[in-house]
Amino acid sequence: MEHENRQRVLWTIAIVVVLIFALIPVLWLISLSLKPPGSITDKSFIPSEFSLENYKSLFEGGIDDSPFIKPLINSIVIALITTVIAITLASFAAYAIARLEFPGKRLILAGALAIAMFPPISTVGPLFDMWRALGLYDTYPGLIIPYLTFSLPLAIYVLVAFFREIPWELEQAAQVDGATPFQAFTKVIVPLAAPGVFTAAILVFIFAWNDFLFAISLTSSDASRTVPAALAFFTGESSFTEPTGSISAAAVVVTVPIIIFVLFFQRRIVAGLTAGAVKG
Amino acid sequence: MEANAPANPNPPQAAASSRTRSERKLAWMLCAPAVIAMLLVTAYPIGYAFVLSLQQIDLRFPDESGFVGLDNYVSVLTSELWWEDIFNTVFVMVTSVAIELVLGMAIALVMHRAIFGRGVVRTSVLIPYGIITVVAAFAWQFAFAPDTGFVNGLPLISDEMDWFGGRFSSFAVIIMAEVWKTTPFMALLLLAGLVTIDGQLYEAAKVDGATAWQRFWRITLPLMKPAILVALLFRTLDAFRVFDTIFIMTRGSQDTESVSILGFNQLISRLNLGLGSAVSVLIFLCVFLIAFLFVKGFGTRLDEGRPGG
Repeated sequence: MEHENRQRVLWTIAIVVVLIFALIPVLWLISLSLKPPGSITDKSFIPSEFSLENYKSLFEGGIDDSPFIKPLINSIVIALITTVIAITLASFAAYAIARLEFPGKRLILAGALAIAMFPPISTVGPLFDMWRALGLYDTYPGLIIPYLTFSLPLAIYVLVAFFREIPWELEQAAQVDGATPFQAFTKVIVPLAAPGVFTAAILVFIFAWNDFLFAISLTSSDASRTVPAALAFFTGESSFTEPTGSISAAAVVVTVPIIIFVLFFQRRIVAGLTAGAVKG
Repeated sequence: MEANAPANPNPPQAAASSRTRSERKLAWMLCAPAVIAMLLVTAYPIGYAFVLSLQQIDLRFPDESGFVGLDNYVSVLTSELWWEDIFNTVFVMVTSVAIELVLGMAIALVMHRAIFGRGVVRTSVLIPYGIITVVAAFAWQFAFAPDTGFVNGLPLISDEMDWFGGRFSSFAVIIMAEVWKTTPFMALLLLAGLVTIDGQLYEAAKVDGATAWQRFWRITLPLMKPAILVALLFRTLDAFRVFDTIFIMTRGSQDTESVSILGFNQLISRLNLGLGSAVSVLIFLCVFLIAFLFVKGFGTRLDEGRPGG
């Protein structure tokens, strides 16, 4: 009995440590974002006075003058378009890999894996040069295309793992009933595959949402600059003040919705992140 | 559906082979868009980077362009900066991956063996995964900054400590931010390996009198070797590309520059496409070398793995 109690205490401590470790930066950003400019340097973890001034300054001036609204729109639109295209292309490829027999299947999987390991910095220079020649520099497609490339391997692997779990016979049954392979795909497999597709979509969205390297290399203005890049260019009220408060407020705005979303769909995300990790 | 469906004109054998053929055609058609999209921004640009790296191209001095052979590579490989940045990158990579492996294993064990609170732990480890790397870097930078941060007010830490004023104290903060952000991924991959181990093995070992420590070293670790190696490979390659955290925290000052930052500085800040491309190609070769060493050295079976998040 005493042994059991001691174990419970140890587990509680372990859990609390993990929880604090995970939460500290988020709580710290919320705290900083609520401190009025006068007390931002008070160095205390819990604000002594609260103000929403930092949030107001983010949205002041509307879409034209606010340093934050346009990047926020850019981030959302670019990440959503990337997700839709990547999931469409990856679903086609993953269906073929999971369900059909064809030469080149292993090559595609190996190639996708190689691209997952590819260092993005190695493509930044050529893309910078090519995009300027093609007029894609500082545009949405200029970011969506590289995001697509680097999120497809992840999406394909997750989807193949999910598609392999789908009962094969149903598709054959549909084909026996006269459906073409394409119909069998859209009418039977797609509804069954929806949970896996959704999981892959979350992971691709987070990938595009998170990118910084392409965002600062291939954009030059608010026309297409996303939030991570815009944060690096934030300036204070005057050249003497650090933009700590407004960066923190912006960080909270882009972080809290994603965290709620991630926590809500945590089972799916865990399944997606570990898809294929243990299957030989 | 039709009342007078025509009889199948082909004998079964021919029908099967034509179905195989149409299946192949369909498969290739389904894969083509994804394959093209993946090659578009990798194979072609890396080839183009190689071409650029053989030329002198500085966008600030466009008149002086020309073919220079391997001169750019000679410049990079004989510069002290490149080797210092390689040291920095490998230092951050090895340290953060090593810490992540230990922490990730501990968290995976907690999640696996939890008597209660498994959901809480899983929820909390996903928080770092959902946060933008740049945002996390700012959060830690503000926490350690002497003018705004709470860290210097903690017990055992000097109030005057200027974390970003020195090389290794900067690295300490950079590594801790990297570890915070990516340990969840490591923990989840390790947990996935952990749940495949047959619980009866532990029962049998217990009956034979093995201690918890012995069970961990003799059962858990050996059986998890494939999962550990795959997680290590992906995290090592990912850590080698470290960019966001260093860019936000120090921009490479205090000699904390990584090779990715060096490439970015040459390509985008200085517009020196020739020299920058040589750096890019060399980084690509390093990543290739690391992957090769993993596969050859540890016998990692890559197709058991998954691409990194």
